[in-house]
Amino acid sequence: MKVVHYLNQFFGGLGAEEQAGIGPEVRGEAVGPGRLLEQVLGDGSTVVKTIICGDNYAAENLESVMELVVNEVRESGAELFVAGPCFVAGRYGVAAGALCAAVQAELGIPVVTGMGVENPGVDLYRQELYIVDSGENVAEMRDALTKMAAIAKVTASGEDVGRPVEWGYIPRGIMRDEIVEETAAVRLAKIIVAKTLGQLYETELTQTGFEPIPAPPAVADLSNATVAIVTDGGLVPAGNPDNMPAIASTIWGSYDIATVDDLEGEDYEVYHRGYDNRHVLNDPDRLVPVDVLKELEKAGEVGKVYEQFLSMTGLANPLANSRRIGQEIAENLKSAGVDAVILTST
Amino acid sequence: MIATELEKAGIPVAQVTAVTPVAKMVGSNRVIQGKGIVYPLGDAELGAEEEKDLRRSIVRQALEALKTEV
Repeated sequence: MKVVHYLNQFFGGLGAEEQAGIGPEVRGEAVGPGRLLEQVLGDGSTVVKTIICGDNYAAENLESVMELVVNEVRESGAELFVAGPCFVAGRYGVAAGALCAAVQAELGIPVVTGMGVENPGVDLYRQELYIVDSGENVAEMRDALTKMAAIAKVTASGEDVGRPVEWGYIPRGIMRDEIVEETAAVRLAKIIVAKTLGQLYETELTQTGFEPIPAPPAVADLSNATVAIVTDGGLVPAGNPDNMPAIASTIWGSYDIATVDDLEGEDYEVYHRGYDNRHVLNDPDRLVPVDVLKELEKAGEVGKVYEQFLSMTGLANPLANSRRIGQEIAENLKSAGVDAVILTST
Repeated sequence: MIATELEKAGIPVAQVTAVTPVAKMVGSNRVIQGKGIVYPLGDAELGAEEEKDLRRSIVRQALEALKTEV
């Protein structure tokens, strides 16, 4: 199998952080981990090109590096593209993920990379790519490359890769049908028994992992602070000016409450199919508590109520979408000088 | 996720919800128990005055959480 391998400046042997600004360099042979990659792939596999690029250069010029890599892979006639493994090197992981995704999309050949689960590239690309869990220890290079090679070979042969735990890659969130001998009830009972007895068991439904975010510092003096109300309960002004959908919304809205001291039901509508909207329609303050917050503003307990409330429909939203909406809302409130948020969720 | 992204941007969030386990699972740091799913800050069973008192007390808890380091 002809392989193109991507490495950063460190693994490519060009130097450490001081060389992170170095632009892409193409070599006609395996370099560093690439030699090990050839070994574990076996079957006369050859790394026909190694592309080495500094982490900072790749991060700052990702588009042009992607273009270069796709072209190099195309010209080489490679049947496999491998990046890394990157362990927990963040810029390296993000570049490796982007390059694998680009090669996969443009050329349709198998791609594989490896990262530690903490690598930010994981969150960005786990759904699109096979990312082997390389751990954070560079000493595990051989182990990571062996798993990457195994996945590469199966993908190249056109067969399906099995489960993440068996193949050592980070779960992509793909669900597949599978025939099992026992009914759900029997399996569930077995799990409960094992759990009760303190024995090992394997859940069939793992929760999505959420990275813990350290709490931002408290607001020392709320009487000098601007507080905004944000809701995911889908409250919008009558007439729904932004066409907020009642499910799986991709948008959010910002609505003026500068001169409003109490929300009246007749002025608002709710677009959210996930709860019985009648009570909020009767009195929107039950969701967006403008009445009491304005009172507390007048009493001096709160410096200022931000003059808009922000609203979205938090229902059946893919995580990536909610995340983007959250980022947009955060940017909006940050630039408006908002110090703290009361978020109300249905 | 909204709370998480706001907090990543450095804006403290007090999240009022009846479904506190979900808020905690996704990493919200200041979670306030709301009254109900259909009205986190209200209660149709109460009279207007009492309902507003309830809402005021929940909002005050939220403000208190925003003033408190976690």
